[in-house]
Amino acid sequence: MAGFDKRVFTYQEALEGLTDNMTVIAGGFGLCGIPENLIDEVRSMGVHGLTVISNNCGVDDFGLGLLLKDHQIAKIIASYVGENAEFERQVLAGEIEVELTPQGTLAEKIRAGGAGIPAFYTATGYGTPVGEDKETREFGGRRHILEESITGDFALIKAWKADWFGNLVFRHTAQNFNPAAATACRTTVVEVEEIVEPGELDPNQIHTPGIYVDRLIQGNFEKRIEQITVRAA
Amino acid sequence: MTLSRDQMAQRVAQELQDGFYVNLGIGIPTLVANFIPEGMDVMLQSENGLLGMGAFPTKDEIDADMINAGKQTVTARVGASIFSSVESFAMIRGGHVDLTVLGAFEVDIHGNIASWMIPGKMVKGMGGAMDLVAGAANIIVTMTHTSREGESKLLTECTLPLTGQGCIKRVLTDLAYLEIENGAFVLKERAPGVSVEEIKEKTSGKLICPDFVPEMEF
Repeated sequence: MAGFDKRVFTYQEALEGLTDNMTVIAGGFGLCGIPENLIDEVRSMGVHGLTVISNNCGVDDFGLGLLLKDHQIAKIIASYVGENAEFERQVLAGEIEVELTPQGTLAEKIRAGGAGIPAFYTATGYGTPVGEDKETREFGGRRHILEESITGDFALIKAWKADWFGNLVFRHTAQNFNPAAATACRTTVVEVEEIVEPGELDPNQIHTPGIYVDRLIQGNFEKRIEQITVRAA
Repeated sequence: MTLSRDQMAQRVAQELQDGFYVNLGIGIPTLVANFIPEGMDVMLQSENGLLGMGAFPTKDEIDADMINAGKQTVTARVGASIFSSVESFAMIRGGHVDLTVLGAFEVDIHGNIASWMIPGKMVKGMGGAMDLVAGAANIIVTMTHTSREGESKLLTECTLPLTGQGCIKRVLTDLAYLEIENGAFVLKERAPGVSVEEIKEKTSGKLICPDFVPEMEF
């Protein structure tokens, strides 16, 4: 069974082998479900020249925004990058490369990458700047563009619970890009709120099977909220 | 009188049907949720992975793991489901969402829409808008009829980079409800007290006005 025990006990171990110029796919939507401690560790490691794929790029002082300060990110592929002043400054100064990608296309690029499909056609983005210089083809009387899949070196994932085998369960909308990202990289590192004994998770309820997971670590999370909106009790 | 934001939302809500799955964009579209007709059940889709978005939480219910696509804290209603971004966009791109309501900078007579980018300004990204306009058969665009500078936003040809090509058939502005047919805007309804003349004057793209254009009813 030790062969399937994915647990590691330090964040250094969790990200061992992550080096300059690698491609990293991070889960999360806004600040929800982001691998906050793994990102922190990437900052501590001081690796540079990273290509980061993530739906968003955090905020100035939290999440992927932390990696902007020391220019650790050379290129980011994302669907929406507002909410971040330093990011905006680097874009306008030409210090960071940005590839804006429609959110559904981004999800599908990662999914397809993880499933061994190198490219796919989609109507999304046809006739827009996203479709420029891409192959097109007609299906069912409608034009589509060819989008290439994404794979990476390291996936940084946040899940709710896992067992030693790396079977993962996500919680609420913190799921988002995490399950797809977990499938698309050579090394998948997952941080969770709780690691349970084998057998405790119901196999019917697993979101991400352990086959995709290489390293697993239990962390403590701040879980910052971007926009608190409430109704009267 | 031009329609208020709430009146625009109220008019859009008249297009809802019992049992519809609906995606509402940020801004005026979000307000549509406040005008769902009595006795009608509609399920709201939030593209970060929630079908069946409920009310905002009370202070005690706030949960960092529970947000909508606008990154606001929300709750899930009875009958809701939660899933991944991949699943969420399969719903959207696969044409399973019954109605999409979103804002725009410009719409033209070919059904093109520009809503995500103003060259020369900081570009924040298209988020899910390109997937939504490409994937949905039933889309309503809500926007003001003219820009702050008084320029028409209903054009012969969009001037800004597109979000989608040939995908818009229905537009609700603060002055009128229009449909796009065969390369023209067709004036279907006007806001109460707004004249056909005013709408003609403020519509830059080809406009077809039937002999009788009813006022909207609320």
